[in-house]
Amino acid sequence: MAGVVSTTLSGIRYLLNHLPEFWELLAEHMVLVIVSEMLAVSIAIPLGVIAARHEKLKSPILSVGNVAQTIPPLAVIALMFPILGLGFLPSFVALFIYALLPVMVNTITGLESVEEGTIDAAKGMGMTQNERLTKIRFPLALPVIFAGIRTSTVINVGTAYLAFFIGGGGLGAWVISGINLFNMPQVFAGAISGAVLAISLDLILAAVENRLGSTGPASAQVAA
Amino acid sequence: MIEFEDVTKVYPDGTKAIEDISFTVEEGTTTVLVGPSGCGKTTSMKLVNRLEEPTEGTVYVNGTDNQELDKIDLRRTIGYVIQEIGLFDHMTVGENIATVPELVGWDQSRIDDRVDELLELMDLSSDYRNQYPRELSGGQRQRIGVARALAADPDILLMDEPFGALDPITRENLQDEFLQIQERINTTILFVTHSIDEALKMGDRIAIFDVGEIVQYDTPAEILSNPKNEFVENFIGENQAFKQLSITRVREVMDEPQDHESASAEVAPAADGGEYYSISPDNSLQLGLTRLLSIEHTTLPVVEDGEVIGYLTEDHVRSYFDSAGEQ
Repeated sequence: MAGVVSTTLSGIRYLLNHLPEFWELLAEHMVLVIVSEMLAVSIAIPLGVIAARHEKLKSPILSVGNVAQTIPPLAVIALMFPILGLGFLPSFVALFIYALLPVMVNTITGLESVEEGTIDAAKGMGMTQNERLTKIRFPLALPVIFAGIRTSTVINVGTAYLAFFIGGGGLGAWVISGINLFNMPQVFAGAISGAVLAISLDLILAAVENRLGSTGPASAQVAA
Repeated sequence: MIEFEDVTKVYPDGTKAIEDISFTVEEGTTTVLVGPSGCGKTTSMKLVNRLEEPTEGTVYVNGTDNQELDKIDLRRTIGYVIQEIGLFDHMTVGENIATVPELVGWDQSRIDDRVDELLELMDLSSDYRNQYPRELSGGQRQRIGVARALAADPDILLMDEPFGALDPITRENLQDEFLQIQERINTTILFVTHSIDEALKMGDRIAIFDVGEIVQYDTPAEILSNPKNEFVENFIGENQAFKQLSITRVREVMDEPQDHESASAEVAPAADGGEYYSISPDNSLQLGLTRLLSIEHTTLPVVEDGEVIGYLTEDHVRSYFDSAGEQ
């Protein structure tokens, strides 16, 4: 116990002693995570919507996504190296692919989980297919979709450590080289800051979700 | 007005839902489609707003073949209430009610006025406007469902087991309320239910369905006194007499006051006895008989707006009943 506390403290001390480098690594890490996540979300949601609408597309999209997710993150990173070389771009592409699936799966599940009676009523009242999607199904699916975005963001923060292997930068620099050099304070400094980043991003997303929910399902959740 | 003309619906898998059905729902009246499950009553209803399309035959809505009308426009002019209610949980009560007016582009102040008006019609305070459906009871939700269907002032209302998912007491209350509302809105209503009691209570006319066909299309009184065949008889059940009483209003049977001047000694004291010693002309004969049996007098005064407008005796009930049976 005492060992953990002292190592943690030494990690924080290491961080404070290397602040300029820390900001640089954190910035790289955040750019990798946030940009790849945003791109993944902006592609995964439309894909999910299309898949939920067309029964024939749904299973191929889901199975491709599932296969992609079974490849270990390290392998995805390694696979990018021969194709795209070293640096930011291959790391970014790998993270993007990895973030895609949870969002897409949750979009499909969310849209599918809207009650049949609700959709029936919307249809019977004269909503077009697009109106049903934008006014009814999508807002009702939003909490589930957001759960997907949050999961994928947190996973993404962890996966981004591996970008260091192909020169993508980020907090992995401290953790991986720290392991190689057996520099525990450095490993801890990198690991703790990543954990804090993951938690912060999750909280921010939760706040955004609540904000969007003020005109929608949040109050429904309160009542449920 | 809704007219079915020789309508047949066969599903792609070959199942015949309904075969060669014809009937007319006159303007401002309620027709109830009743029958066991899988008899085609819901399918028939969905043919009106084109949630289903007929295989053969024509459905006329206010005189026009509904195939010639745009699906979306048609549905926006027809109110639709379903058993699961289908309220939109992410929208407030006010937004739910405003759905169709929003879709057809009313301006905001007109929508607001209409929502207030409907909440009042449904006997709900305007506080409910900003609540979410999940915060409401089943009965309240169902009221909102009806209000939403009435929002754009439709000529036609389709109701698919609207009170099916409620407990018996709430259901009874909502049925009574809806009958009162109906008198004010003068809408043509097609109502689907599996309960013959609900059909007898709600319908001006009843269509009894048996596997894809209408066995009898008549007024409730006619169906009770002259069931067309054994299927209808079985469907009505054994206590026809009792049901007959429950659909007949006191007004139809009572005596005018002058006939009873001499018998005043026999009359229950309406004034000091409270409501149990009198009855409203709009109450059912069933309730009238119950009260007659529970008082010491042989004559029950019929009171409307504080004035005695007639009298009811057991003899009235019996003679009404005998004459109905002979028809």
